[in-house]
Amino acid sequence: MAELHTPSLLLESAIYLGAAVLAVPIFRRIGLGSVLGYLFAGVIIGPWVLGLVADTETVMHFSEFGVVMMLFLIGLEIEPDKLLELRLPIFGMGGLQVIATGGIVFGLGVAFNLDWRLALVAGMGVAMSSTAIAMQILSEQGALNRPAGRSAFSVLLFQDLAVIPLMVLLLVIAPGAHTSNGVHMDWLAILKAVSLIVLLVLGGKYLLRPVLRYVANTGLREIFIAFALFLIIGVSILMTLVGLSMALGAFIAGVMLADSEYRQELELDIEPFKGLLLGLFFISVGMSVNLDMVMQQPWLILGLAGAFVAFKLLLLFGLAKGFKLQNGDSMMFALTLSQVGEFAFVIFSAAVDAEVISYEHSALLNSVVALSMVTTPLLLLAFNVAYRKRLNSRRKHATHDEFDEERPVIVAGFGRVGQIITRLLTGVGVVPTVIEHDPNQIEFMRSFGYHPYYGDITRPDVLRAAGIARAKLLILAIDDAQEALETARYVRKHYPEVKILARARNRTYAFDYMDLEIDAVRETFLGAVHLGEKALQEMGYSPFQAYRTAWKFRQHDEKMMRDIHPIHADMQKVVSHSVRTRQDLAHTLEQEMNSPVSGHHNTAWEGDTKPS
Amino acid sequence: MANKVLLVFAHPAFESSRINRALLKAATACEGVHVHDLYAHYPEQMIEIKHEQALVDQHDIVVFQHPMFWYSCPALLKNWLDSVLSYGWAYGDNVGKLQGKSWVHAISTGGSDSVYQRRGYNQFSLAELLRPFEQSARLCAMQYLQPFLTQSVDTLSDERLQEQAQEYAAWLQKLVNDELPPEVDSLQSEQAEYLAPQIEKGIA
Repeated sequence: MAELHTPSLLLESAIYLGAAVLAVPIFRRIGLGSVLGYLFAGVIIGPWVLGLVADTETVMHFSEFGVVMMLFLIGLEIEPDKLLELRLPIFGMGGLQVIATGGIVFGLGVAFNLDWRLALVAGMGVAMSSTAIAMQILSEQGALNRPAGRSAFSVLLFQDLAVIPLMVLLLVIAPGAHTSNGVHMDWLAILKAVSLIVLLVLGGKYLLRPVLRYVANTGLREIFIAFALFLIIGVSILMTLVGLSMALGAFIAGVMLADSEYRQELELDIEPFKGLLLGLFFISVGMSVNLDMVMQQPWLILGLAGAFVAFKLLLLFGLAKGFKLQNGDSMMFALTLSQVGEFAFVIFSAAVDAEVISYEHSALLNSVVALSMVTTPLLLLAFNVAYRKRLNSRRKHATHDEFDEERPVIVAGFGRVGQIITRLLTGVGVVPTVIEHDPNQIEFMRSFGYHPYYGDITRPDVLRAAGIARAKLLILAIDDAQEALETARYVRKHYPEVKILARARNRTYAFDYMDLEIDAVRETFLGAVHLGEKALQEMGYSPFQAYRTAWKFRQHDEKMMRDIHPIHADMQKVVSHSVRTRQDLAHTLEQEMNSPVSGHHNTAWEGDTKPS
Repeated sequence: MANKVLLVFAHPAFESSRINRALLKAATACEGVHVHDLYAHYPEQMIEIKHEQALVDQHDIVVFQHPMFWYSCPALLKNWLDSVLSYGWAYGDNVGKLQGKSWVHAISTGGSDSVYQRRGYNQFSLAELLRPFEQSARLCAMQYLQPFLTQSVDTLSDERLQEQAQEYAAWLQKLVNDELPPEVDSLQSEQAEYLAPQIEKGIA
């Protein structure tokens, strides 16, 4: 009955997908995040619990491609100029991080009388962080473009670069390796690597776009996707050939296409592949946790994983502070990079191949690494709870987020009003600085990809930090009408050259803004007029007639606002004025009804119309 | 006595019109000319009739500056004519509000003078194409004056455009000083120079 045998690939795919579909939504629902869901699914279907899938290593190699695609997508978001700006964090922070982490672990290992080779390999592995986990977390938190995110990304990039020398180092320390041979290989490898990167940059700049245009012009979407995948896989293969990390190659390819017209299309096409493969990768990490071994030496493995993570947290936090990040950002930075990354697996298996460490040691270390990866989503959870608590408690205190850059437009408030304004402005490429004081609202909008800053706009220091001095426009969209008005007064007085647009709660506030000569919009007025217009249509008005009538009404009302303005403090006068003008309005609208366009109810077109 | 000139300007994409920007800039600097940008004033394209009629009331000459769109004016200007020139105000029995005022166009065209000729590329001369305006002015008992033309705008050099803008300013100044261009009456003066049939110009 061989023909009825289900191909194992299909069977395994079904198991992976099924496990993910079962676990991930539940984990998200209870607030543990998707990464933990995948990891958990992996542990359950892995060889140590249900044993549904045997071949974890192949899956892991295959799914590492998710990381490669993620780096390609990240590259697409970073134009070459921006990358140059990141030189210092990449080589400064990244370099220090790798050398310090590796060195200290090595030193401790030697101090504890371990074999120096084992200590060195462990140090190299521990120095690495997981690009997959860190980037997934940063993008879920909307922190990619914040100081913490950029620094974390720079460090990850350096780690990718550090792969070559570390692999060479492995060969050099391998017992029985000829040192001269190793050094010789070293130079050749570096030469190859550098020339491939130069080739990639040149090819990306001059060759890729014409080819993409040609492919796009075929109009076949699947061919475009096929080419995108081919490009990423092709670059990755080239990179492995010279011993570089595949992710680095994909990243460079992405950067070279960042300012091309196909950026968005590429992002949309690759995104689902990346998501699936990344999920698969997390599952395979979960599967590689050797539960048997953990059960045998639970304290050693848990202790080591805990110690590595705690040690990395401390070191990274110190590093971030050294590079002048704020406390909150430093915590975020340390947390995202605190796990030992997938590259450690590669280093350990290479070390086993080179007989630098034993298989048992490698299995032990692998379990420690996998466990350390599980800690990150948990730590993040704790961090978010604590962070939100602190934000809530300090609402009325002097703190605010650090602002990344000064932008010409500042939107204060990211509720119902601020969101619409921001969407409109962002739609035409005018990205405003958005400030919101409700942490829950910030959290919520981040899940939609917006990045409002935390801060209380009524505070002068927050205004200053947001760049009010160089802003062109301040849009007051906060809910508290009184606070908005006071902010407007303050800004009008201290920054008279900043144009202010305000959301006015009602007429009274509209008058207050008119006193200040600030352009204000009554927040419910246009919506109500629009509803009235629809009501007219329901009552038999034609659409244009209804629109015209509503427009007339608007003109009337706005004129009335101007007329009442000087007397608005005197309630009696206001009442008598509005009674009077109500009749005017009825009259105007009636006229409107009867004379649509230059009046067809006359006989002027019959002739004999010479004016006297 | 100086004439008060109302310049009613209509261009839906003013920000990208090189010609009309230059012309309008020159006009804005002219004393006695009130520039009224319709698309800027009415982005929703709804016209406040009373406001516009009051404006016309206060002026002696109305200049309509606009590009030629489909052998006519842009939609908002047509809308303006439709709604502002209302029965009982601009025309009708015993109405003389506009009598004696002047109506004149300042028009830019992509094509050159030669394509706006009888049997030319556009089959009709500009004067013929503008006849709906001419008759409208007549119905309102206004004088309809010979238009100010800026043609072949796509090939106009920057220097030539500057000269044209200066000429426009001078032309407007003359309106203010009551040195009016000739009145057009197609019925009487088919031979008026700018609408001469092509045969007379010797173009086969």
